[in-house]
Amino acid sequence: MSGTFIGMPSFPEAARDAVRDTTLRGNLRHATHTIRAKRAGAVAELDDWAQLREAGKQIKDRTLRHLDTHLEQVERAVTAAGGTVHWAADADEANRIVTDLVKATGETEVVKVKSMATQEIGLNAALEEAGIRAYETDLAELIVQLGDDLPSHILVPAIHRNRGEIRDIFRDNMADWGRPAPDGLTDRPADLAEAARLHLREKFLRAKVGISGANFMVAETGTLVVVESEGNGRMCLTLPETLISVVGIEKVVPTWRDLEVFLQLLPRSSTAERMNPYTTMWTGTTDGDGPRAFHLVLLDNGRTDTLADEVGRQALRCIRCSACLNVCPVYERAGGHAYGSAYPGPIGAILTPQLRGTATELDASLPYASSLCGACYEVCPVAIDIPEVLVHLREKVADQGGRGHRLERAAMRAATWLLDHPAALTAGERLASRTRKLHPRRLPGPGVREWTNSRDLPELPAEPFRDWWKKNHE
Amino acid sequence: MTSASSARDRVLGRVRRALADAPEAPEVTRDYLVSHTPDDPATVLDLLHENLADYRAGVHRSTRQHLPALIGELLTGHGARTVVVPPGLPGDWLAGSDARLRHDDGHLTPAELDSADAVVTGCALAVAETGTVVLDAGPGQGRRALTLIPDLHICVVDVAGQVVASLPQALPRLDPTRPTTWISGPSATSDIELDRVEGVHGPRTLEVVLVVE
Ligand code: SF4
Repeated sequence: MSGTFIGMPSFPEAARDAVRDTTLRGNLRHATHTIRAKRAGAVAELDDWAQLREAGKQIKDRTLRHLDTHLEQVERAVTAAGGTVHWAADADEANRIVTDLVKATGETEVVKVKSMATQEIGLNAALEEAGIRAYETDLAELIVQLGDDLPSHILVPAIHRNRGEIRDIFRDNMADWGRPAPDGLTDRPADLAEAARLHLREKFLRAKVGISGANFMVAETGTLVVVESEGNGRMCLTLPETLISVVGIEKVVPTWRDLEVFLQLLPRSSTAERMNPYTTMWTGTTDGDGPRAFHLVLLDNGRTDTLADEVGRQALRCIRCSACLNVCPVYERAGGHAYGSAYPGPIGAILTPQLRGTATELDASLPYASSLCGACYEVCPVAIDIPEVLVHLREKVADQGGRGHRLERAAMRAATWLLDHPAALTAGERLASRTRKLHPRRLPGPGVREWTNSRDLPELPAEPFRDWWKKNHE
Repeated sequence: MTSASSARDRVLGRVRRALADAPEAPEVTRDYLVSHTPDDPATVLDLLHENLADYRAGVHRSTRQHLPALIGELLTGHGARTVVVPPGLPGDWLAGSDARLRHDDGHLTPAELDSADAVVTGCALAVAETGTVVLDAGPGQGRRALTLIPDLHICVVDVAGQVVASLPQALPRLDPTRPTTWISGPSATSDIELDRVEGVHGPRTLEVVLVVE
């Protein structure tokens, strides 16, 4: 993949380009609105959603509070079950560990199941440098990889592509990666899925090394859990002889029982399903079933910095369901790429500046990539108060002094852009007004006030955000 | 080059420093429901049936006596001529089929599994509220690859002993040391414009047989 997140323009510039791209906007609007309505239905089926959400939040908070203990426990349990545990303080270390493990098998290709963590560390590029080809096997990741593109959504990384574009990508590029697309391929989703099935099957059947992430790892048992839909995950987790899982240290949950909470929260929040088609759970290795060698790479890469921030650490509760993306009026218009990292949308706006710091213009502008409408907090299944963290991070950017102020000014241009396009906000507004009960009451926060009170900004919107917000909320 | 143990120490050290001043987190309150379904076996069974069907699994009810005939019909109906048989599958389940049987002794290669048309298994558990069957590689289920590669999976659920209403009821009954596969309908993707398409890499057809006495 030649695309990269590094050196991308800051959020305001990237977002402005995205807004001009009407195909992209159309694709995104259709997709996010579809999933939004379905999710609300799936959640409404459970009378105890609020209690499950609170339990999910509490389990994560308690786990994070004793993270060292749980990590040592998961290490012991995985090792006892026949696995090998590696620790990686940063992306380079993780990439080196994985590359060395693959090299030790003598293989030059690996099959991969979608994993945010490996995207975050740029694993595919590192493998490529070492002469190892990584095949993405999730349909959307395949679309992204064949299109030499970057993912734009956590759950549906090719959400920015419509069926016609996907057909063209398959037709033009599949042959370069293996089995070509069937002749006369149409743009019917079923035909496109069939083309992917045929293209990937030969790779699955011959694969010797699989690489994954994990949605959860259970400390007391050493069990890893991967939640998926297509079966490509099962292929990668089951058929290869060697399995390498790269997992962020915040993915640990203390007990087997805790899965009863997260397996109710995650599918309904992400794909709006009672349960996703396939979930695989495995503990170390099992004789005669699945990989003979299992390696778990525990990844820090900025997570401990995030953990040290008392307001910001709640971002580590995230279970990557992507519900916050689907309700975000800014994401809907700006698209996933504007966020410049593997983590787009509201969660990206609070996670990326904490994982990477706010030294670059892009990362410093991310906390401003929001109208603070609060819809993300409302849908978050682990109750991450994203607006609270955004405001907190804005304060930190401003505290960087002269440089910080310059970055802040760039970010305010993003705000201007947003306010110049009030239609971008109406969807979030409508949703917010229906959900007042769970809505944070402090809006508009100090961050917003700072924008509108700054007198020397030439590009302030005609109508102050506060007034506009009030008027639209009566 | 840093050694592996020093990376471990660095990460754990950073975690401890990050948490040095963190307040204690409260105990977890588990006041969510154990089940969302009335505690009545017939209601739970109907819900399982409905939810399996909602996610496009074929659902059939059968008596134990009629089971071999039903499995035979399903295999014929899907044109399956070769069937993978996991170790420990009750011998009479396939008595009503004239398909060629490939008994797995642990040595069938992925390519051999790929050339089979179907697999017939039991399961460890079924969860009504989510429309899920859980396989744990026990007798009559076999290793995970068996139910992954053939394009048709027929899964038999013993209603009397294997159906629970909810996830909180399911987890205590499963053994975390065994590899488990949770299956809720045939494989699917919504990656193209969020349009759901059944059947990508796993079996494109899932037939669940609920055996009632
Ligand atoms: S922040 Fe919350 S809503 Fe957003 S992806 Fe994470 S868990 Fe889901």
